[in-house]
Amino acid sequence: MANDGEVKLFGTWASPFAFRVELALKLKGVQYEYIQEDLTDKSSDLLKYNPVHKKVPVLVHRGRPIAESQVILEYIDETWKTDYPLLPQDPYERAMARFWARFIDEKFLSTSWQAACSSSEAEREKLIEEALGYLKVLEEQQHKRLLGGNDTIGFLEICSSFVAYWIIVIQEAAGVDLLTESKFPNLWKWAVEFQGCPAIKQKLPLPEKDRLVAFFSAMIEKIKRYK
Amino acid sequence: MAGGGEVKLLGLWASPYVMRVQIALSIKSVSHQVLEQNLEEKSQLLIQSNPVYKRVPVLIHGDNISICESPVIVQYIDEVWSSSGPAILPSDPYDRAIARFWAAYLNDKWAASLRAIAAADNEEAKEAAVEKAAEGLALLEGEFTRSSCGRHNGKGFFGGDCIGYLDIMLGCFLGWVRLIEKLDLVVLVDESTTPGLAGWAERFCSDPAVRDFMPETGKLAEYAKKFFPKYKNPKMLL
Repeated sequence: MANDGEVKLFGTWASPFAFRVELALKLKGVQYEYIQEDLTDKSSDLLKYNPVHKKVPVLVHRGRPIAESQVILEYIDETWKTDYPLLPQDPYERAMARFWARFIDEKFLSTSWQAACSSSEAEREKLIEEALGYLKVLEEQQHKRLLGGNDTIGFLEICSSFVAYWIIVIQEAAGVDLLTESKFPNLWKWAVEFQGCPAIKQKLPLPEKDRLVAFFSAMIEKIKRYK
Repeated sequence: MAGGGEVKLLGLWASPYVMRVQIALSIKSVSHQVLEQNLEEKSQLLIQSNPVYKRVPVLIHGDNISICESPVIVQYIDEVWSSSGPAILPSDPYDRAIARFWAAYLNDKWAASLRAIAAADNEEAKEAAVEKAAEGLALLEGEFTRSSCGRHNGKGFFGGDCIGYLDIMLGCFLGWVRLIEKLDLVVLVDESTTPGLAGWAERFCSDPAVRDFMPETGKLAEYAKKFFPKYKNPKMLL
């Protein structure tokens, strides 16, 4: 087990971003201390370590903080090099992994989250259309095996855990239909495989669905109320 | 792979994002062809090589490779031409993480506030956008001071002696920053509010890898009129 200096992870059990980082640490065999944050009452440490965004996850290694899940993943990959590479070696493959991870977060994730939290019917419909468009892009790419199978949980697959699991939870919590088997069979198949993937199950089981749905229902409700 | 295959850049002289790629190619002395794009009438090549976003920049390398999104392209260039010229990303993983963190901040949050100043059609909206942009610059001023302290006594670049990743990610906006300051009569980067960045901006703009790509203010003003209606107003002095 690699334990190259003290490692702390500030996260919450429900966060898809914190999950990414924790999964990466587990896959690399890095020992760490997990600090569970209450996002309604953020710790002074969290605010100190991420003053710009005040969000989880934050990785603190040897007293130095890093924020933003994709940035943290690359840091983990570059710091603990011996086991389990997260990014491919080839520059083109690396560029593809980074491109699609950006696409998932900047386009799909942000639009689908906005759709879930929208309190305007018209706006929500528009956002859903947009999110479905992004899923269509991913579906076409998945036809060409963009996202790896059970044995290849790398940087892109870790980031895609949002598509494999969290979106399914969020769409149920918000009462919207985004990723469905009928519309996106390739992605759905991959999502089911991902959820059942032994490597993930053994290292870091996904948070329990009912609990997550309840969590996001409450969160979405709260956001809608304050709009 | 390194150096193998022709390099083409689908670009646009006014785009800060394209400028990032040009600076990176320049740092690495990569000979390439620039194909200026017309975003109002997108070329087949642009649509084929960037079907997801249909926008510039796109780096085409050899016959089969197209790379899109400027942060992805710049890192690709750094990795492929690693033995040519100075490194663009720092070598230490923590420094790399910091550079990437601020690059994400600039792309996800700050660029929009800059754009919002140009798009603001009333004083209130403009002030709100300026405040946001200024907040971001204050953070970057802090980062510049932190990173350059004790290294260059407040000189140099975010990356050290040479221009690096974060310099490129922020510096590419300086043409538009100067234009907006002039047309909107606001102050964003200057000696009194951001002394570190003020000096850095001058050094960045005069760097050999950057000089040729920084758009001329007058030309940029003409271009800006197309996208920000308020700049067509003849009352604005240039």
